[in-house]
Amino acid sequence: MRRRLLAIIRKEFIHILRDFRSLMIILLMPILMIVLYGYGITLDMRNIPFAVIDDSNTPESRALVRAFSDNGFFLLVPERITREDVQRVFSRRSAGMVLVIPADFAPSLSTAAVTRVQVLVDASDSNVGTFIGTYSTQVLRLFNQRRGAAPPALITLEPRILYNPDMKSAYFFVPGLIALLLILISALLTSITITREKESGTMEQILVSPIHPVEIIIGKVLPYVTIGFAIGALILVFAQLIFDVPMRGSLPLLSLMSTLYIFVSLSFGLLISTVSKTQMDAMFRTVMATILPTFMLSGFLFPIASMPLPLQAVSQALPATYFLVIIRGIMLKGTGLAELWPQAAILAGIGVFILAVSIRRFRMRLD
Amino acid sequence: MTPEFAVSARELRRNFGAFTAVDGISFDVRHGEIFGFLGANGAGKTTAIRMLCGLLPPTSGSATVAGYDIGRQVHQVKGAIGYMSQRFSLYDDISVGENIEFYGGVYGLSRAAIAAKSKSLLADLGLSDQRHLLTKSLPLGWKQRLALGTALLHEPSIIFLDEPTGGVDPISRRRFWRIIYELAEKGTTVFVTTHYMDEAEYCNRISIMHQGAIVALGSPTALKQEYGLGTVQDVFVHLITGTTDR
Repeated sequence: MRRRLLAIIRKEFIHILRDFRSLMIILLMPILMIVLYGYGITLDMRNIPFAVIDDSNTPESRALVRAFSDNGFFLLVPERITREDVQRVFSRRSAGMVLVIPADFAPSLSTAAVTRVQVLVDASDSNVGTFIGTYSTQVLRLFNQRRGAAPPALITLEPRILYNPDMKSAYFFVPGLIALLLILISALLTSITITREKESGTMEQILVSPIHPVEIIIGKVLPYVTIGFAIGALILVFAQLIFDVPMRGSLPLLSLMSTLYIFVSLSFGLLISTVSKTQMDAMFRTVMATILPTFMLSGFLFPIASMPLPLQAVSQALPATYFLVIIRGIMLKGTGLAELWPQAAILAGIGVFILAVSIRRFRMRLD
Repeated sequence: MTPEFAVSARELRRNFGAFTAVDGISFDVRHGEIFGFLGANGAGKTTAIRMLCGLLPPTSGSATVAGYDIGRQVHQVKGAIGYMSQRFSLYDDISVGENIEFYGGVYGLSRAAIAAKSKSLLADLGLSDQRHLLTKSLPLGWKQRLALGTALLHEPSIIFLDEPTGGVDPISRRRFWRIIYELAEKGTTVFVTTHYMDEAEYCNRISIMHQGAIVALGSPTALKQEYGLGTVQDVFVHLITGTTDR
């Protein structure tokens, strides 16, 4: 039993190490993605260009404009525009927001109870629109405070943001990326290595020997657990070095949970290999079945609670959904197994189920 | 106790959906015999051989291989046989030596046994100096003999060869058959499918398959006499098309 298993494991490692180019792609792709996502794709907004229509043109109105332009959120477009230009400004995308200060702004400030200014927002990207609205409100509140104007309400909100006080996108993306890359690479490698042997006929040659199908599967999957683990570690190290993503919980616990997640992903790859005839076929199926659902439905980008019910059901079936809760919990909140065991248990359950189905299908021999 | 026959099939049948690939065939193969399985492409040869090797369960009927039932004792069957298919079973991207080590390991041989076997096999093939070469760099004929060698590492009593010489030059084919003869002399039963009719002449007995059924079985000489024809090729064409090719 052990000799046979070792023979398979050894050969698989030879395959992996000898195909140096593929190995480098597998190891470098995650780093590239971390850098791209961490730097390029960010949900915070800075330097939103804005234009001003200042009908008041007084020291007070200029102070208001400075309040907008001085905080890093907004960047003043050095261009005088009139009301007729607003449409054109938005169409050319030279500004995302236009601040309109009425002619009676200065006298109204000192006499009237309420002074109105208008903020026109380009909400063609609704997310950006929302951000602009929120930021504008904050800027106005600061402006009011500095003028000593009494706040209109008696209750003031003092939000304190925990776990990610600076709202850094990297904190949000890195755990998600680990979840995405681990399932993609683990499933892809397994499904490809098995279909490759089907294509070349070597699988038939192994199956005609007295080796047990379970030995073949374990022998083929074990080397890729190592690779998956290495990738996970690599991402963590880079995330720490480049983006200072914290590691508040226990690293051994995260390692254990990652191994569990890799195991689920490999089983999934195995399942795909039992329905795929060629490597291309396996690759296509794996990519379709991992990237899109994990990206859109696991809670990586969009909160699950706000999805329509049928999609929520899909998300409940995704391994990444549970792993994301676990990895974000451990990394950002320092949560332990006491809080995370339900997710871990479900993940293990999914893994055992997929593995059982694929071993069953695998055993039905190669028809 | 040695079973009476090396291979014994009774009413062996395999359907794929509505299609009958093997239509209830029965035959016996004696120990140490070179048994040829002839038939056009799609006659059911490969399906039959895969059932006998435990790669495919039969739809109905039964067979014993080396005395083991192919339905209930698949594991023992697999341990007793060697198998080499028309598609090369070697890994192209690992070395000659690593291929031998891998298959030796898969059959559960000890490291020492593998090392000894590997040495003598490479010496036999004249590949001792090429053991570190990648397998894909070997010429086809050599690859074939290496594949046969790896299929024999565990010294099976029966070897199944599924069109082993497809696409190989005549010289290499002749060398390959010399090895087959040596094997049979040492008592190994050789079960070989082919569609080269000259190769059929080398077999002790042949069976000709057509549309999933065995239409003739006997020694090449006996078959030629029975149909009054000069070569196995003529017998084959006569049986398959109902006319003689003259």
